[in-house]
Amino acid sequence: MHNSNGSGDTPSLTSSQFAATNTPLIAVEGLAKEYRVYDKPEGLFASVSGLFRRTSRLVPALRGVNLTVGRGEFVALLGPNGAGKTTFLKLLSGIITPTRGTASVLGHVPWERADDFRRRFALVMGQRNQLWWDLPAAESFRLHKEIYRIETARFERTRDELVDMLDVRKLLLQPVRELSLGERMKLELVAALLHEPEVLFLDEPTIGLDVVAQHTLHRFLSHVQTERQMTVLLTTHYMKDVAALCQRVVVITHGDILYDGSLEQIVDRFTTHKIVTLDLDHEPSQERMERFGFPCEIRGPQAILRIDRSRIADVLPEILRSETVRDISVEDVPLEEIVASLFRSEAESHAREGV
Amino acid sequence: MIDTRSNPAARRPFAGLRTWWMMLVISLEERLAYRGDFVLGTLMRFLPIVTQLFLWTAVFSATSRPDIAGYSRNDIVAYYLLTMVTRAFSSMPGLSGGIARSVRDGSVKKYLVQPIDYVSFLLASRIAHKLVYYIVAALPFAGVFFLCRHFFPPIPDALTIASFLLALVLSFLLGFFLEATLGMLGFWFLEVSSIVFAYMLVQYLLSGHMFPLDMLSGIGTGIPGLSLADVVRWLPFEYTAYFPAAIWLGKVQGAQLVRSLVIEGCWVVVMAVACRIAWWRGTRRYSAFGG
Repeated sequence: MHNSNGSGDTPSLTSSQFAATNTPLIAVEGLAKEYRVYDKPEGLFASVSGLFRRTSRLVPALRGVNLTVGRGEFVALLGPNGAGKTTFLKLLSGIITPTRGTASVLGHVPWERADDFRRRFALVMGQRNQLWWDLPAAESFRLHKEIYRIETARFERTRDELVDMLDVRKLLLQPVRELSLGERMKLELVAALLHEPEVLFLDEPTIGLDVVAQHTLHRFLSHVQTERQMTVLLTTHYMKDVAALCQRVVVITHGDILYDGSLEQIVDRFTTHKIVTLDLDHEPSQERMERFGFPCEIRGPQAILRIDRSRIADVLPEILRSETVRDISVEDVPLEEIVASLFRSEAESHAREGV
Repeated sequence: MIDTRSNPAARRPFAGLRTWWMMLVISLEERLAYRGDFVLGTLMRFLPIVTQLFLWTAVFSATSRPDIAGYSRNDIVAYYLLTMVTRAFSSMPGLSGGIARSVRDGSVKKYLVQPIDYVSFLLASRIAHKLVYYIVAALPFAGVFFLCRHFFPPIPDALTIASFLLALVLSFLLGFFLEATLGMLGFWFLEVSSIVFAYMLVQYLLSGHMFPLDMLSGIGTGIPGLSLADVVRWLPFEYTAYFPAAIWLGKVQGAQLVRSLVIEGCWVVVMAVACRIAWWRGTRRYSAFGG
């Protein structure tokens, strides 16, 4: 049923458009992964007896996840450390096999690792992945050309295009080990995109990068993704990545999907209040401000209040009436804060359940 | 830049061969990046043989016998020089450790994600590694062999030389698959260096690297008519050092030569299959336990 979108001999543009509207590129059902971990007790005696008998237990990393992703979607996977994001990407790229459940990516079961499947996706995970450490990136690219069986003309066109977009042409002939983190990441991305994958998995691509490099990557990724109608799954801790790139956000905590939808809807669904900043002509008193909402901070003539979303329409006129206001701004709670509280509340409920 | 599903290049003839060639070229370039380290390593290899020569000179001066187990003093020198050549083919420095490390630090993932076969890749890069080594080592080897030419018997006939070369190529493959299989144990044990060390020890004794294995033919095994040398012949080790050298020196001839070549070939096949199975089972374990 998932084979209709690709592996046929004479696919045309129309058939792929057909596939885009009908078959999901990625379909995941009840996907679960448990890791066996060995307890390593403290102390020398325990270490020695551990040589003969080890106690192990199963730790669930992913607990039965369902997800479908269509062609051309750009999806962010958010979640605290250890939530199962990377496990999820490893399962979808076929590095690990699941304990339970099924997955289909591009019509293939990823962990069967068929060459036809592997030629059509790419995974960028960490900094030292595909490039040869001691050689210039241009050499690694030439190897990719052969591994992925890319025609010469097509290879050169794609390479030049990617290299120019990221402005890394002058780095191509330097040994990769001499490059900076940001430069290496850019070249890793070029290497991953040379074979024009239909599906791209990115595991924290902007980690450790400065603001300029992050921005460059955002522009690059969104451009390539739109132009190629590539399907991208990205894990990240930076809300900036998400805001710049992804239409869809999937929040994973403790191996479960907690939220799946647009970024704006997260704000709608998980926030109860707005942040109102007031610039007054006098120093307000704490009590006076408490009439309007919860005063987060009062510094000189400036006050920052948290006001319930349902009350905001009533409270604002009241403020303007009773105070001399020089300036006023109403904002949503910063996304980072929402997501952080989302992670926290989930962790607390888990702790209560005794999991 | 839109439709990649009908990539015609995927059906290009000789694509596998071209990939292989590119892996070889890239590995060559990588080796050459460290040429300084390489030259030094090559020259250091000649040091142990000097001590061996002193040792055997002392042994021969202490005994009145003209030969030991059929080896004259000259034969011994020639033998050690020849085992250096065979070890240059069969030894695989860093192979097992490198595989185990790639499992430990996770870089082996690359070979699960990309459409590339790890064992073929290792073989290509090892051939490249050896080619660079031979280029660097050719001159010092030639010099030493020229200086020591009077220790050698006359150059053997073409058939012997051909058998010698065949045995060398097989010893390269045997050494490769043996150590690659050991490295694959890294999927089960975090660290394989002690296993490799134990293997090295056994191999040093039983390969003929330490002394010509003919000396074992006088040692019984408890079973009448079966000497230790007969047992060792069925093991893979002697094919990584003793056997090619013994061919050149005319110690193995006729039916015995053919039989040993067949045994060596069989070991290559056995270890190649073992390596494949270890990779297959290892990656299954890796992917089940977490990667």
